[in-house]
Amino acid sequence: MVELYQTQRAMRNIRRAALQRGVVGILDIGTSKIACLVLKFDGTGTDREVDGVGPMAGQANFRVIGAATTRSRGMRRGEIDTMAETERAIRTVVAGAQKVAGCRVDHVIACMSGGRPASYGLDGEIVLESGKVSEHDVASVLAACETPDFGRGREVLHAQPVNFAVDNRSGLSDPRDHVGNRLACDMHVLTVDEDVIGNLVQCIRRCDLELAGVASAAYASARAALVEDEQELGAACIDFGGGGTGVSVFIKKHMIFSDNVQIGGNLITQDIVQGLRVPLAVAERLKTLNGGVEATGRDDRDMIAVGGETGDWEADRRVVSRADVIGVMRPRVEEILVHVRQVLDAAGFDFMPSQQIVLTGGGSQIPGLDGLAARILGPNIRCGRPLRIDGLAHQLTDPSFSGAVGLALFAAHPQDEWWDFEMPAETYPARSLRRAYRWFRNNW
Amino acid sequence: MSAVIDHRPQQRQLQPPPQPRQRRDPAPSRLQYRLERVWLKPLYRRVIRVGVPAFLIAMTAGLWLSDQDRRAALGAGVAGLVDKVQSREEFQVRMMTIEGASPVVDKALRGMLPVDLPASSFDIDLTAMRLQVMQLDAVESIDLRIKPGGILSAVVKERVPALLWRHAAGIDILDATGNRVASVTSRDVRPDLPLIAGDGADLETQEALQLLDAAGPILPRVRGLVRRGERRWDLVLDNNQRIMLPEEGAVIALQAAIALNRSQDMLGRDIQVVDLRSPSRPVLRLGIDARNSIRKARGLPLLGPDGNVLDEDDRKRG
Repeated sequence: MVELYQTQRAMRNIRRAALQRGVVGILDIGTSKIACLVLKFDGTGTDREVDGVGPMAGQANFRVIGAATTRSRGMRRGEIDTMAETERAIRTVVAGAQKVAGCRVDHVIACMSGGRPASYGLDGEIVLESGKVSEHDVASVLAACETPDFGRGREVLHAQPVNFAVDNRSGLSDPRDHVGNRLACDMHVLTVDEDVIGNLVQCIRRCDLELAGVASAAYASARAALVEDEQELGAACIDFGGGGTGVSVFIKKHMIFSDNVQIGGNLITQDIVQGLRVPLAVAERLKTLNGGVEATGRDDRDMIAVGGETGDWEADRRVVSRADVIGVMRPRVEEILVHVRQVLDAAGFDFMPSQQIVLTGGGSQIPGLDGLAARILGPNIRCGRPLRIDGLAHQLTDPSFSGAVGLALFAAHPQDEWWDFEMPAETYPARSLRRAYRWFRNNW
Repeated sequence: MSAVIDHRPQQRQLQPPPQPRQRRDPAPSRLQYRLERVWLKPLYRRVIRVGVPAFLIAMTAGLWLSDQDRRAALGAGVAGLVDKVQSREEFQVRMMTIEGASPVVDKALRGMLPVDLPASSFDIDLTAMRLQVMQLDAVESIDLRIKPGGILSAVVKERVPALLWRHAAGIDILDATGNRVASVTSRDVRPDLPLIAGDGADLETQEALQLLDAAGPILPRVRGLVRRGERRWDLVLDNNQRIMLPEEGAVIALQAAIALNRSQDMLGRDIQVVDLRSPSRPVLRLGIDARNSIRKARGLPLLGPDGNVLDEDDRKRG
């Protein structure tokens, strides 16, 4: 875990350096699209001209100066499948955003949804020798958390202290200077596959960019789509993506659970291809323009020309009714929601004080989805759009960009993670001393 | 035209099916991507946009100019070009017109302006010419300009003679402000102008003119004004009569004297000097005849023309 600590800490330093230079790139690498925002950090932003909306919730210290989006290539189920293709897509989108911004991007913060994320809740406890919690004690209680066996080839993506307790006073967000004898903490750790994240790092490095941070896509979209009260009182954010559906549960402004359902919008498109025997491009068009989940009587008469260029007149003039499209889409959407239900059940969402569920991501734009989801997931459902940030073009504010917007918020105000605290002094010098001793013995 | 018309359906030209257009990869190549990123660096941008062209231009010019002959040719070419433009027909000045000058001044001006026409208007320095002309006393102001059509136009305003000033070196004509206009050899050249005399008289010509105006009724008898001690005026009349005016308020004193003259015909009597130097106490100096009449009536010895008392024998002789 020490190497991980070092790499994450290095990324934090890079992020700090990037903020000082004032320009940071945001790279949301999804299965269906890749979005890149260029953020400019300039002071407090309180004196900036805004169109009717004042500085929002501390998001005013940056503005978007360039944005580009492109069709994703070489991605499958939220993971990089063909490195060279993905690299080309990243180059396309970064070049486009740089062109719009008129300045060079050197540091990017990326997010990705794949890699089989797994959540762990850890807890640790130490005895306070001084009878008072100091900064050092916070670091040591985080280091004292008992690490379970994550399995081979797993990498920690997020390790956020969720809760602190001093003696029997629990629910503290900042325990420093509290008086007590015992300090306990709960930490949420999200692990992903090492290879997946390594591929991402490699891809970004091959584009001459420096990685200033990595986040989970479910976490990022939840930060953009959940309003502050929902984050505080408890809510689940469901991010309908192309290759997978991310689920994250928030309470007390901390993510306490995250998982990924590996069914997404692309599978719905494939269903339409198979069910209606149309090409993939036509199926995508049918899904986005005419899709839905609740069929009405009018949809039977709503005939959609499928079109085609096979040369066969009959095949080219075929029409399908909208009800047909809905009939193909609905079971798959239901299946996704049922999987999400299972994930939420596994997370113990039923025992949360607030049962708010927010749907976001590109798939949440299916008409009637909130009605269907209310039937499967629970009554408190809303479709969430990302928080409004300064300078973002209007066409980039729909729910499919909540991951990118959340990543921008993450870049501006990252939550405390384990590696933001100093490593306790006694844990690592022993090994380096031993290594130095060995080096001396080998060389002399 | 063939005799048989072919009514069979036209053989359809089998066109090859249109190739699906090869879509270019939208992704920039690695090299292009890197070049774009380099181009977005401000330093590179500035160097390539400004530095390199400036360096190339400077180097080309330097190499070309390093040869002595080329430099000379360039200098000569530029000079020739300038000369060619300046000597164009449109810039030639062919004629000089002088307005508002008397023939004497006109002649002097023509002699003075050193341009031999025709000349290019670039060669004519109007400011220097104007300064030179202003050295002529007779010219009050001159408006020199080059008019379209190649005409050098000089509009001259001459000084108006107002006074004659007799001084130690001769007689000068002055204008109303006291500037010299010309010299004359004798008073008779300009009998129409009033005469003033004395040192510093030219500095107070305004007052002199006011006094001459005020002397209206006795003007035919006025010989002139004399400045005494650069301080005050004497009005000299014929018959050697003299009105001595004060330093301050000379005009008022003169008007008082004229009023006296009008009421009592003062100046028609035998009075040599009317002394108004102290305005509150005017003094008259009588002539010899008048004083002798008085003395005779009183039985006193008479006075001679030199003002001294005559001896008895003189009296007997006379």
